[in-house]
Amino acid sequence: MDRREFLTARRKKQADNAENISGKPYRTTSGIATYTGAWTEQEVTHLLKRTMFGATKADIDYFKFRTMSQAVDELLTPTAPDPNPPVKEYATSTTPGVTPDGNIAQGTTWINDINSDGTVQSQRRSSYKKWWTGLLINQDRSIREKLIMFWTDHFGNETAEVGYGNWAYKQHTLIRQYAVGNFKNLVREITKDVSMLRYLNGYLNNKNAPDENYARELMELFTLGKGPDSQYTENDVKEAAKVLTGWQIDGATYTSVFNANRHATTNKLFSSFFNNTTITGRTGTTAGDLELADLLNMIFAQQEVAKYIVRKFYRWFVYYAIDAATETNVIAPLADIFRTNNYEIKPLLAALFKSEHFYDMLNRGCYIKTPADHVIGSLREMNIQFRPEAEYDTNYGLWNTFYSWMVNMGQNLHDPPNVSGMPAYYQEPSFHEIWINSDSLPKRNQFTDTMINSGYSRNGYRVQFNCVAFAQTLTNPANPNDLIDECLRMFFRNDLSAQSKAQIKTQILLTGQQWDYYWTNAWAAYISNPTTANFNTVNTRLKSLFQYFFNLSEYQLS
Amino acid sequence: MNRKDFLLNAIPAAVILPEVINGYSVKAMTGSSPLVQALMRGTTLTDHVLVIVQLSGGNDGLNMVIPVADYSRYYNARTNIAIPENRVLNIAGVSGTGIHPSMTGLQTLFTEGKAKLIQAVGYPQPNFSHFRATDIWMSASNSNQEVYSGWAGRYLNYEYPNFPTGYPNTDMTDPLAIQIGSTTTLTTQGPSVNMGMSITSATNFYNLINGTTDPVPSTPAGKELKFIRQVNQQTQKYSSVIRNAANAVTQQVTYPTNNSLADQLKIVARLIAGGLKTRVYMVSFGGFDNHSVQVNTADTTTGTHATLLQRVSDAIKAFQDDIKFLNVENRVVGMTYSEFGRRIKSNSSVGTDHGAAAPMFLFGSSVDAGMLGMNPTIPAAPTVNDNVPMQYDFRSIYSTLLEKWFCLDKAIVESLFPPNINAQLQSLPLIKAGVCSGVTPPPQITGEKIIWNYPHPFTVGTDIFFKTQGGHTLIQVFDTLGRLITTPVDKEYAAAMQDKVHFAADALPPGIYYARLQNGITQKVWPMLKVR
Repeated sequence: MDRREFLTARRKKQADNAENISGKPYRTTSGIATYTGAWTEQEVTHLLKRTMFGATKADIDYFKFRTMSQAVDELLTPTAPDPNPPVKEYATSTTPGVTPDGNIAQGTTWINDINSDGTVQSQRRSSYKKWWTGLLINQDRSIREKLIMFWTDHFGNETAEVGYGNWAYKQHTLIRQYAVGNFKNLVREITKDVSMLRYLNGYLNNKNAPDENYARELMELFTLGKGPDSQYTENDVKEAAKVLTGWQIDGATYTSVFNANRHATTNKLFSSFFNNTTITGRTGTTAGDLELADLLNMIFAQQEVAKYIVRKFYRWFVYYAIDAATETNVIAPLADIFRTNNYEIKPLLAALFKSEHFYDMLNRGCYIKTPADHVIGSLREMNIQFRPEAEYDTNYGLWNTFYSWMVNMGQNLHDPPNVSGMPAYYQEPSFHEIWINSDSLPKRNQFTDTMINSGYSRNGYRVQFNCVAFAQTLTNPANPNDLIDECLRMFFRNDLSAQSKAQIKTQILLTGQQWDYYWTNAWAAYISNPTTANFNTVNTRLKSLFQYFFNLSEYQLS
Repeated sequence: MNRKDFLLNAIPAAVILPEVINGYSVKAMTGSSPLVQALMRGTTLTDHVLVIVQLSGGNDGLNMVIPVADYSRYYNARTNIAIPENRVLNIAGVSGTGIHPSMTGLQTLFTEGKAKLIQAVGYPQPNFSHFRATDIWMSASNSNQEVYSGWAGRYLNYEYPNFPTGYPNTDMTDPLAIQIGSTTTLTTQGPSVNMGMSITSATNFYNLINGTTDPVPSTPAGKELKFIRQVNQQTQKYSSVIRNAANAVTQQVTYPTNNSLADQLKIVARLIAGGLKTRVYMVSFGGFDNHSVQVNTADTTTGTHATLLQRVSDAIKAFQDDIKFLNVENRVVGMTYSEFGRRIKSNSSVGTDHGAAAPMFLFGSSVDAGMLGMNPTIPAAPTVNDNVPMQYDFRSIYSTLLEKWFCLDKAIVESLFPPNINAQLQSLPLIKAGVCSGVTPPPQITGEKIIWNYPHPFTVGTDIFFKTQGGHTLIQVFDTLGRLITTPVDKEYAAAMQDKVHFAADALPPGIYYARLQNGITQKVWPMLKVR
């Protein structure tokens, strides 16, 4: 029995015993009418955990004093300037046979340097991943970073296969530019993106030997999907491939170029699914762009595009199960909004995040954290800070550690298993549950254990969960009940029973003592006189408390 | 991922209320020397088990073990809570000292030769904070020393080096230590990882044994929570061995009800008899912080403290009967301790405040039954600050158990304690001869005057006279708060002799000072009075 069978068998067994099985009507029928209910810390935390990586206390406090609508609009309107590009933090290679990039000084960026040596490009891919991890941890107060991850997964490029760090970065900046912008424009640009041209063989696609790879994924994965209402034909794929002939990569500039000589100039004829559209064959330097525009106009005229993308968003931000009610009450009306707004992403997401459905109690606390939610979210919620930009070696080294943790837990940013992206977003019927297995779950616990007990250090700078400092940010850490309650409200979306909380308090914070004031006194002693001994008294107990919290199954849900 | 890697990753798994927590960090998983790998199996061949019973809150030792021989001073010190002399229970083979009338179970164990009383166990410079005192007892540190590992954790780290890398394995399939009723303990914290696993509560432990979990809501969140919990349980490799051990025992003696200590000890008996090789079990029982109304004034043999002591006594008695019934009696020794005792003088709220040294009990068929030490010295006119002076250092209890019960070499034992107290560790007569095929030291010679002072009382200073049998000899002087004033003697004597040392007290306030002599297994506390 392999792992998948194993999981499936168990789930089946579970379903047999459980009252709550797939198909039972535990889903909600709420739709996209604007949510008018309470706007408290609970709703803010729900919104933030879904749209950012973790919900920090500072962010919760910030949005709690805005209206729901203001909060959503603000999250969807990033204002922070674009980040500085990744820098060379790797050593100049001295390996024989390598053409090193000694021309790039340490600490300066490599993004504009043309160097096609495999070793150098491998170093740059790694540099890019570290840099991106840093951006995630230091994300601005917006949805941008999460959307960048969404689109990167959506287009499914594997940087390890593309090979070029420069190209990976280039695709990343393209996605960053359009992340909250216009989806149709994003598809247009990514079609001509060097990384995509390389990954799906677009650069080989020519009039003599059309390569259908990109044309197929354009329809199957990027726009239309494979749902029952997506009825494009094999011939449509072939004709689309012809539309896309002629694009190449200029190795001297790392840009895409259109080579009219390689372009199929014949008319392209599509099936009845596309209303028997004919895309007129063009010639000359503008042929590629003109025909691409026609192709996208034809595809985006299909109702299914908006529905397919909305479903993907839904599975990324809300929950993976889409039943008939959700399809009717949520997916379809949101798709209408998406279409009506000419595939602008912002109005669609605004409608989703302002909807009754999004804040429905049945949609809270059911989202299994991605490895990024777990790693980056924990770091952010525990207020981990890094060094100024000049200390890039320290920062990149630490970011690499956290990037590697995500990889170990099953999420390699910009390197999904294949072009379909991460299985957690498309693999029926398990979806998000794929993240959690007997390998990844212990690792999730190891990560938080490590961050509490030792953390990581580089160049003498240590990042570690400082439980005492965290407790000091809380409203009333001197009261063990308030301390536990406030932590749980921040960390968990599903509350524990009063009995459990009392048990945790007595056994951890009070070390078996019966009176709350022993904790209160210990905390007061530390605050008024922060000696090593007083610190240790509270730190030992808080470390145990946080380790316990982070090891609870509830912590895996957001 | 090969099997070893899988296990490595599986061990530190989680936790949750209806499941199991363990506090492993990933840190120690990296080190692996071939030597250490070779030592993976338990280093010392023994099937002995230690059960540690923690009485949280600071147990009032003077009302648990009553100095009958000194009853008038005892009564005078705590008129409002004193146990009537005629109600004190005698204990077999001991005169002048008795136990609380509610502890009939324990009395029976003394009669059966299965209980040991150790008087006035403590340490220099006692700390009166519950948290700090608990940490000191768990780590076996000095009062002013921060030690981040626990004494049992260091022992287990010696026995099972490199844990948790490579565990469980064919030689050690089971958790090294199990704590019931708590999620965390310093006691089993090893030098780098926690050597123990905890079972969060009796109730939930039953769930673990029965393979069920708490109900989850009928929502998507509930569905996912249930799923994660199931994966959690599957990755917890120890849960099945624990469940199997528990299921292997189908019959036990009747334990008292409404007694959480009994509930916990019942699980321990079940796991021991069920075949776990786990060496250390910890249970805890709280509620001893009786600053007020620790007795019913109408009948001081009843009330909060009496109920607690009865539960302790009944639980231990039932446990001892059970392990006998289950034929594992000879493998088990138990030990009670509390983070501190209470003040000699009771307060006006019919209670007692945080104190210092207090008695400990050992139980089991292998203990050297009876009493060690003598009634604590009670001043004729006690003040609120007077404490029971320490007779035995708690580290000597630990080290003796490691040496005489877990059969470690003395040199190894010493390596498990902070270096500055090694020389002061005593090998005490706690365990019957022959348990480790070792030689039990000769019994303490009582009646001989081995420490005294002159002049007495004194105004400026006094000479302390003492007899040593040779070997390491230690004299400590404490004040009534238990603070270590000076250590005038701490050295090796080549041969038996009488010696003296001057105690200069000109800078000290008038009052009682205790000179404590420790020489081999012998110890004696001598009160000295400074007057104006």
